[in-house]
Amino acid sequence: MISTEPAIVAKGLRKHYKDKRALDGFDLVVPQGTVYGLLGPNGAGKTTAVRILATLVRLDGGQAEVAGFNVATQARQVRRRIGFTGQYAAVDEVLTGRQNLRMFGRLFHLGAKGAIRRADELLEQFGLVDAADKGIKEYSGGMRRRLDLAASMILAPQVLFLDEPTTGLDPRGRNEVWEAVRSLVAEGTTVLLTTQYLDEADQLAERIAVIDRGRVIADDTPAELKNHIGGDRVEVVAHEVADIPAVAKVVARVSSGEPEIDGESRRVHGAVTDRVGALTEVARTLQDAGVGVEDIGLRRPTLDEVFLTLTGHPAEEEPSTAEQTEKEEEKQ
Amino acid sequence: MSTPSVESTTLTTELDGPGRRLYWAAADSWTIVRRGLTHYVRQPSNIAWQLGFPIVSVLLFGYVFGSAMSVPGGGDYREFLMPGMFGMTMAMGFMNTAYVVVYDTARGVTDRFRSMPMAPSAVVTGRGGSDLIGASLDLLVLGLTALVVGWRSDGGLLATLGGFALFLLLRFALIWVGVWLGMLVPNEEAAGSLFAVAFPFAMISSVFVAPALMPDWLGAIAMWNPVSSTVTAARELFGNPVALGDSWVEQNALLMAVVWPLVITAVFLPLAVRRFQRLSR
Repeated sequence: MISTEPAIVAKGLRKHYKDKRALDGFDLVVPQGTVYGLLGPNGAGKTTAVRILATLVRLDGGQAEVAGFNVATQARQVRRRIGFTGQYAAVDEVLTGRQNLRMFGRLFHLGAKGAIRRADELLEQFGLVDAADKGIKEYSGGMRRRLDLAASMILAPQVLFLDEPTTGLDPRGRNEVWEAVRSLVAEGTTVLLTTQYLDEADQLAERIAVIDRGRVIADDTPAELKNHIGGDRVEVVAHEVADIPAVAKVVARVSSGEPEIDGESRRVHGAVTDRVGALTEVARTLQDAGVGVEDIGLRRPTLDEVFLTLTGHPAEEEPSTAEQTEKEEEKQ
Repeated sequence: MSTPSVESTTLTTELDGPGRRLYWAAADSWTIVRRGLTHYVRQPSNIAWQLGFPIVSVLLFGYVFGSAMSVPGGGDYREFLMPGMFGMTMAMGFMNTAYVVVYDTARGVTDRFRSMPMAPSAVVTGRGGSDLIGASLDLLVLGLTALVVGWRSDGGLLATLGGFALFLLLRFALIWVGVWLGMLVPNEEAAGSLFAVAFPFAMISSVFVAPALMPDWLGAIAMWNPVSSTVTAARELFGNPVALGDSWVEQNALLMAVVWPLVITAVFLPLAVRRFQRLSR
């Protein structure tokens, strides 16, 4: 089915839980075949947005279409065209990988033979053939997630929703999942993923929408977004508190804005464009001046810095409360 | 990735009328039932755990305390006890239902089902189906244990089957309680504490002793406990010692053994459905 109609259109989505506004005028348009990252801190509304689009949660206001169907009035049609992977690897832990995929295949109405065939294809595609007949309890976190992705891909969906697909995984598991997502994308699936990690969005997404307090506050390519917020940063950790002013002066020479200073951790950092040039210069100047440093390096801006730049306020962590309320409300 | 198998199926399921929906509701339920059965195959120890408590109780009450137990109106205590064990196992069975529901909800499996084009009712009916099959297995194993310790039914084939049907009816009604509680409690640890409900519900009844032997207030609770009605009715059908009091509810145990499960279903089925719908709030 070739059409130029966007895979996801959300207009003015609103959702509130008691007095908390989870979504407050959320707009998003995702063209077909793209990977879109929803980036934001806990409680910003990422999960609520994805759950509404995946027909799991009713919206209070606004309109949303996925694969051309209205999520509120045509949920069944939407469900035939989407895959959904939540924050946990939603597979049956008692069953084997193969049994899980066959069960989900039957529930996707592939028929007994179709489900068996599809399970084999997916085990192959997601590199789980060797573990196919082992119980899920013997799977690593990354393997569980891959099986979870495979289960979302049973109908070869047009749109795949991934809610924090790598939360709780070690770096290796994270890479495994990233690889799996990339291979799906290569086959033309539209992916909407939520993440709290800028580097994850950077790795996978062609475009990133930054969410704050239930609405999209920036929507751009990762490159543009990083340009906007000053790209990579050079960071120096001074030996002594007394050295901080000297270090700051050196960092200021290479960075595009005022360097930021964190006295407590003796950390000085500033945004740079010529990454290697800046790093070399800072290191050499500090050495020539005889200023002792504990650590020096380049790093990507953190989500906090993105937020600070975009919103003028830091990412409101209220970590457990906000996310928990969201979860609890959803449960009720 | 558009394999032929996937494409053609998507097209056929697109054309669904009411008949097709009914077909898929049944087919999806059966898939969930099969999932439950596969659990038994892959974790046979689950059955052992489920049956451990009643079997230990048979030994404890039948043989350790048994000599000190008397059945009002006379009769062998172990003959009296065994239908109680059947009833207790059914009564506590709602915990298994609740546990699976909590597990699925907490791990996102319920959400996965809800994001799929399957019949939403199948999540619950399939659960109920596999629980009833599990309960039948429980009764089979317990029944064999009962035969070993000398229990017999003198009621004839029809009455005996009727007695077991009453146990399954009680278990059926409690499925809805289990589903409802499973969606009410936040996690698996909390589900474990449901034991605090299950224990008195099963015990303060005619399972071990006749309510007539309890203090009046407790006896009244025990008498009106749905578990008591089922157990007393089954004792009558099996021709086992009954220890009947003269209260109305005990005199009409057979009636109440049918009425109670219907009342429980009428109350908890809508509650469970409402709870399930509230997941999308």
